Amino acid sequence: MEDIELKKLEEKANEIRKMTIDEIGFLGVGHIGGALSVVEVLTVLNYKYMDISLSTPKKKDRDKLVLSKGHAGPALYCILADIGFFPKEWLHTLNKGGTNLPSHCDMNRTPGIDMTTGSLGQGISSAIGLALANKIDKIEKKVYLIIGDGESNEGQIWEGAMAAAHFKLNNLIAFTDYNKMQIDGYVHETMNIEDLNSKWVAFGWFVQRINGHNFRELEMAIDRAKEEKCRPSMIILDTVKGKGAFFAEGRLDNHNMNFNYDTAKEACRILG
Amino acid sequence: MNNNNNIEMRAVYAQTLIKLAEEDDRIVLLEADLMKATGTTVFKNKFPDRIFNVGVAEANMVGIAAGLSAGGKIPFAASFGCFATRRAYDQFFISANYAQQNVKLVGTDPGISAAFNGGTHMPFEDAGIMRNIPKLVVFEPCDPVSLGKLVIQSAKHKGSTYMRLHRKAARVLYPENEEFELGKGKVLVDGTDVTIIATGVIMVNEALAAQELLVKEGISAAVIDMHTIKPIDTELVSRYAKKTGAIITCENHQIINGLGSAVAETLSENYPTLMKRIGINDEFGEVGTQDYLQGRFLLTIENITNSAKELLKKKKASSIKI
Repeated sequence: MEDIELKKLEEKANEIRKMTIDEIGFLGVGHIGGALSVVEVLTVLNYKYMDISLSTPKKKDRDKLVLSKGHAGPALYCILADIGFFPKEWLHTLNKGGTNLPSHCDMNRTPGIDMTTGSLGQGISSAIGLALANKIDKIEKKVYLIIGDGESNEGQIWEGAMAAAHFKLNNLIAFTDYNKMQIDGYVHETMNIEDLNSKWVAFGWFVQRINGHNFRELEMAIDRAKEEKCRPSMIILDTVKGKGAFFAEGRLDNHNMNFNYDTAKEACRILG
Repeated sequence: MNNNNNIEMRAVYAQTLIKLAEEDDRIVLLEADLMKATGTTVFKNKFPDRIFNVGVAEANMVGIAAGLSAGGKIPFAASFGCFATRRAYDQFFISANYAQQNVKLVGTDPGISAAFNGGTHMPFEDAGIMRNIPKLVVFEPCDPVSLGKLVIQSAKHKGSTYMRLHRKAARVLYPENEEFELGKGKVLVDGTDVTIIATGVIMVNEALAAQELLVKEGISAAVIDMHTIKPIDTELVSRYAKKTGAIITCENHQIINGLGSAVAETLSENYPTLMKRIGINDEFGEVGTQDYLQGRFLLTIENITNSAKELLKKKKASSIKI
């Protein structure tokens, strides 16, 4: 990756991070931890890789994203607003009654969302369905999937893992946001998912493990995954829950947190 | 398989889907290691790229169906009724229905028709729990003709559907050119003294047999095939409540939350009428032949005729004014 591209992506990620903190802080409560840990992967996908369609109706021949850990929706909303799916003013309507931006991704309320998620474990199956539809129609686009580490406790994740490999879905590229924390504490203390790499390898996926906040590593891993011809890819992201927000980063209670708008503005000031 | 007037329901299901798939390339099928049981191997032979067997993973199957729908397909996903509904309930609720997708879920072997598979495989509550999914269409065809037509209707319907599919042979009750509409019940026999509203292969046939016996005793019973449990045909129910003043519901399902409950709900709000619900009475299933199980759970002609006579007694008693 050229330095200039790297700088652009890092700046964009910083901007999205601030927008996310602002969005949730304006409301006063939200899933700040898990939204901030996926900022880089969402940024690189939406700004570098995905062939997105802004038209209505959307063209069939496009890349799709399933944010299976649907509670990270608020981060994705900032990107969708920035890209132009809806006005940035919407961001301050997060979770307000009648809003188009609910806490968990809703394909029927929010322009730009490819699949409704929120009940953990279900997005992988939906992503498989989307990938199969692409295979039937010979659409050479990718389905990107982001799952959580706590979410990886769900049995359905492993049903999906089994099936995606069985169906040879090389057009499915998944990420685990391995920020090491779930609601009730560290993942390894609540319900340990190690050895995570071996699990996905055993299920027949092409597995890579990277620093989820490093764009060069994200680029290398995604480029490599896109070359796969007969198996789905899992890129495990080592991330920090709440990364970039001084009041949330690394705290075990940052899954769904209360913080006021002044705190949000201070956090944005620090991010520069 | 085909015996005079009896045709295997699952064969009709598969053939109807093949015909639909020939006309519409969006039709796809999903199975959870029950392709043999559902009878869709013939579909696989014709359209090997349009049927997906996910193995014994019903939750995954339903989720994949939702994804296929989001990708522009019309997926029919089948499993035994209990697994398609109880087991994959949240997946169907959220990924298919909350997400406003177009998943045609099929639950095979309704109620006691699971026979030797016993209590672990008997869906007595599937239609009921499906009724609680907002806007979902829930139906149960009673014969091969209505099955074929209603499957076509469900494919055209914009939104998810749940169908109870009796797999084995069923008597043809309708002429081949009969038309059907989801949400509109069919009057099979008209009558004036009591109305028997039934759903599904077993109970519609029992209701018809009961009607013939009642005629011999001078009782005129109407028989309605209420193939669609949700939305319930409130107009038809009210009309026959007014006409006959006594309603019996018959279902191969628990009397809690299924057809009987749906009818009772609409009656009590629109036209309170004497009622009797026939079905499984808050019990778990068990093994047995279908005949044994019908007797065991009182899904019998005798129960229907006795209930009719009791209702008529009550009707008479309540109409005597001092």
